[in-house]
Amino acid sequence: MNTAATWPDDIFRVLLDMDVKQVAYVPDAGHTRLIELCRDSNALTAVSLTTEEEGIAFLAGAWLGGQRGVLLMQSSGIGNCVNMLSLARACRFPLPILVTMRGQWGEFNPWQVPMGQISADVLGLAGVVVYPVDDTARIADTVAAAARTAFDGPGLSAVLISQRVVGAKTFGK
Amino acid sequence: MDVTRSDTYPLRRRDVVEAILAGRGEALVIAGLGAPAWDCTAAGDHPLTFPLWGAMGGAAMIGLGLALAQPSRRVLVITGDGEMLMGLGSLATIAVQAPENLAIVVLDNERYGETGMQLTHTAHGIDLAALAAAAGLPITGTVHDQAGLEAAIADIHGAPGPVFLNIKVRAEDLPLVLPPKDGVHLKDRFRIALLGEEAAV
Repeated sequence: MNTAATWPDDIFRVLLDMDVKQVAYVPDAGHTRLIELCRDSNALTAVSLTTEEEGIAFLAGAWLGGQRGVLLMQSSGIGNCVNMLSLARACRFPLPILVTMRGQWGEFNPWQVPMGQISADVLGLAGVVVYPVDDTARIADTVAAAARTAFDGPGLSAVLISQRVVGAKTFGK
Repeated sequence: MDVTRSDTYPLRRRDVVEAILAGRGEALVIAGLGAPAWDCTAAGDHPLTFPLWGAMGGAAMIGLGLALAQPSRRVLVITGDGEMLMGLGSLATIAVQAPENLAIVVLDNERYGETGMQLTHTAHGIDLAALAAAAGLPITGTVHDQAGLEAAIADIHGAPGPVFLNIKVRAEDLPLVLPPKDGVHLKDRFRIALLGEEAAV
């Protein structure tokens, strides 16, 4: 990944502008900078999860309590979420998900490919509006659009940030 | 180990939940799917009770999100042993956040009640309170009888948490007392009761 990338900072500003108070995450290398920004901020609470589906329930609770949140994960986590997405669907909880893709572009680890290749379809089947983006200059406005879809719907949305942007992990090979 | 021992446990789940909710005051309640949701409804449907019809494994995490968003309000999660077993990782997540206003109550009948009363792991001795203690929750315990319940209720409503109390209740098949089923309605009535009319979407 380009260490000078500013798109995570751009996303962070969007989250502040959208009055997001809770950021739930399972770490991904592609989200490293954004997670750091969230953890260092007093304007919102960053909550580390043991599995991505926890985040869907967590953000439902936050919304019941009057706070907006977003969920960060890598694409492998989408499969962990499928049944819990029913909670957001059935109750129409706003749920913006920011996904960094694996198994998509020059992937070194073949075990990432199956979930990465079905991520958009799985989300679509589950009723999530999917916003793929592979241009760093368009990430922030895509996140803003997805967040509006979620909070103004209310509904479910996911931004799939391409592995072309995140950079393919190579394990030094 | 007698895996059917919960057939004769003295505490009855409907009485336990009624006793807990009688003192709910301003508390916000998340009711886990299945029997705990029916128990909470039997004690009196309430706009500030959010009963789950699904989301198995998610009740405690909904409670965490609510507790962080509403730090001045007590948040009670009332759920079952099967539901809690499906979300054990959330005990670790909750321990890290450590909201003082959150109390998790498990009604542990050692059965999956909605699917035919099959045994859960707690019938084989898995100790949910010990797992919560191992995660680092400051107040944990297992309640077996009326005297224990009375002490537990004080902690559920007032002790600095997160509180985790596993209440051993009799395995029994009770008449269904169903809450409203529409999720949007349940969400909106909760938010309106808590946040005001403008919170309806």
